[in-house]
Amino acid sequence: MTILLYLLPIAVGLGLLGLGAFLWSLKSGQYDDLDGAAHRILFDDDDRPAA
Amino acid sequence: MSPCLHCGLPVSATAGDAARFCCAGCKTAHAIIGRLGLDRYYRQRQLDPSLRPPKPEETVVGPDGAAAFLGHRDGVATLNFFVEGLHCGACVWLIESVLAREAGVIWARLSMSTGRLVVRWRDGENDAARIQGAIASLGYRAVPFDPERLGLATERQDKALLRAMAVAGFAAANIMLLSVGIWAGHRQGMTSETRALLHWVSALIAIPAIAYSGRPFFASGLAALKARRTNMDVPIALAVVITPAVSLFETFSGGRHAYFDSSVTLLFFLLIGRYLDARARGRARSAAQQLVSLGAAAVTVLDGDGRAQSLRPEAVKTGMTVLVPAGGRIGVDGRVAEGASEMDTSLVTGESAPVRVRAGDAVFAGFLNFSAPLRISVTASGDGTLLAEIVRLMEAAESGRGRYVALADRVARLYSPVVHLLAALTFIAWTTLGDLAWQPALLIAVGVLIITCPCALALAVPVVQVVASGRLMRQGILMKSATALERLARVDHVVFDKTGTLTEGRLELLREAGFNETALAEAAAIAAVSTHPLARALARAVPGLVPAPGVRDVPGRGLGLDTPRGEVRLGSRAWCGVTEGEESGPELWLARPGMKPVRFFFHDRVRQDAAEVVQHLNVRGYGCELLSGDRAATVAEVAAAIGIETWRAAVTPANKVERLAELARQGRRVLMVGDGLNDAPALAAAYVSMSPSSAADVSQTAADLVFQGRHLAAVTEALAVAKACESLVRQNLAFSLLYNALAVPLAVAGLVTPLIAAVAMSSSSMVVILNAMRLGRRRGT
Repeated sequence: MTILLYLLPIAVGLGLLGLGAFLWSLKSGQYDDLDGAAHRILFDDDDRPAA
Repeated sequence: MSPCLHCGLPVSATAGDAARFCCAGCKTAHAIIGRLGLDRYYRQRQLDPSLRPPKPEETVVGPDGAAAFLGHRDGVATLNFFVEGLHCGACVWLIESVLAREAGVIWARLSMSTGRLVVRWRDGENDAARIQGAIASLGYRAVPFDPERLGLATERQDKALLRAMAVAGFAAANIMLLSVGIWAGHRQGMTSETRALLHWVSALIAIPAIAYSGRPFFASGLAALKARRTNMDVPIALAVVITPAVSLFETFSGGRHAYFDSSVTLLFFLLIGRYLDARARGRARSAAQQLVSLGAAAVTVLDGDGRAQSLRPEAVKTGMTVLVPAGGRIGVDGRVAEGASEMDTSLVTGESAPVRVRAGDAVFAGFLNFSAPLRISVTASGDGTLLAEIVRLMEAAESGRGRYVALADRVARLYSPVVHLLAALTFIAWTTLGDLAWQPALLIAVGVLIITCPCALALAVPVVQVVASGRLMRQGILMKSATALERLARVDHVVFDKTGTLTEGRLELLREAGFNETALAEAAAIAAVSTHPLARALARAVPGLVPAPGVRDVPGRGLGLDTPRGEVRLGSRAWCGVTEGEESGPELWLARPGMKPVRFFFHDRVRQDAAEVVQHLNVRGYGCELLSGDRAATVAEVAAAIGIETWRAAVTPANKVERLAELARQGRRVLMVGDGLNDAPALAAAYVSMSPSSAADVSQTAADLVFQGRHLAAVTEALAVAKACESLVRQNLAFSLLYNALAVPLAVAGLVTPLIAAVAMSSSSMVVILNAMRLGRRRGT
């Protein structure tokens, strides 16, 4: 059962990675405009003002 | 008829360029878009006929104070707008692209979900009025607002809730994985060392997760205890704290069962319910926010030297002189010092026909100035205005209604003491009668807390609410109050307002009256240059109109045109020299040299489906009633047209509230459907209220539900959804209680292992959610 000693940290670590990614996306405002994102992709233009 | 190339409204087919556009504004907008090479907009957009078309407004909005809402930082100016009239992604793209081409703009981002636009530009290279003008010329209405004044705090709260939910979800999933191993190990002879390891890892994940995610419940539970009350969050907080504590103790002593998984899963489910609840409210709120911001337009103040300066309404002092441009809304109460004009008072009085004012007349905040600029000396501003007074009246009535307690809360009030008592009794019984040591007895008592914890109960109502509000929203009905649906389900009487509710709130030329087409064409050609609502209604009545050149606009009087035959006049009966008869409604006169003056009548058209809706309500057993501030003759006509038998005319806002109180005393539960600020107190005083969103801005904050579009069927739809929603909530609550009745004896008997707790909790929550989903699929009424 020593394999558990490796597998448990790996499993929890992967979970934490996912959690971190979600919290980051939340913080960077990716859920602020859910409707707009779906439409924005249809208009690819290069002259949007630089952020 | 072919649609206008820009706004898509029908244009009559006469020859030439004019026929491709419905008005000059649309032609300009089309030219701007073409010049910037953004024609793709027209190919890719999808206009939603129920929304405001992108038609540039005819009234020129004066140099109003977008500048007052400007924020400056590090040489960058930032301005926030709410943009009205977004139809699809192409609109978002167009506005962003056009702004990107404006001088100095470095950032323009428009959120399609909320309609909020943030524009940043390098200070000095552009100004607020130009930015606002650029959006307006495309046909969208942009209203500047101050983000600080909006409920950004609640937005942060929603995000915190989402983060708590994410952490709880992560912890629940990982601990559940470990728990499956532990449960399997019970059967397959796992060594106690391995089990202890798994328990320790669970504890390591669970305890920080609970400490973080449980905060909303801890805070609310503590607040309730401090106020010497108990709420649903108290047993939740207790269960969520005691369970891991006891489990930790078990883990120390190498016990077989630990409830880390149950406590974290419980927390996760509860947070889902809480988040859905907050979100359903938040969506409606963001719509309401836009309206609040509309009331906060800046005021142009003239100082001693006649210089104009933009001030926020609350900064204006009594005695100052305020300039109101034609087409501008007044932000203060005062007296007209200079000028004569006509005003739309509908926001305050509900009257759709314009009112004439001249020097010395009192005017109130919320009036819309039509024909000529006015100077007004301020008698009251900010909180002192009549408008603010009405809003206060409305808030007072609203807070009275705030005492209404949602069904779920009433259940919770009864439920939580019972849960505490049950758990305590279980503990005492096992230690005294059952001769158990305190640790296992406490574990059993905790089992009772977990099983009875209102997982299904906490989800039962919010899930149904979310599904119901989603369904209503797809049909353009926004719910602003969390308890609106519950109250709506109990309504037995519907009171309508007339102007803007049963009617469309827009004047139209009455065709039957005695005038010939030549007179109409001549009058319309003159009227085309004016922004006055009657003139516009007249111009609308003649398709493919060519405006007459050389028309003089005499503010507050009428229009004049010099022709070879002499002067032709269009306007009030006094302006046209008519003396016989009496004014009996909104009317315009046309006086031509050597001919009898011609009268044009206007009326406010009844909504297409009003009669159908009233009939439907009658069939379903609702009582219908019409209360209007309008003249008896007009009201009687409308009542007859749509089949309402009970009606009252010339009712003041105070009388409306009185009538509603009278109905309430008779035991009626009244749904008030109305618009206009004059209805706001009535909307707030009614048991539940609805308002069409073409309505005056402020009244929407008084109504519980707001509906868009030109159809009144929203009323029947909302009533039907509310009924369905209520029966689902009852089913869900009944199911939750049944589940408890079955599970509690098991828990009290000490038979609930972590496995059983996990299965029972998850399955009951699933059943409740699936049941709620049925509402989303059912169509029609």
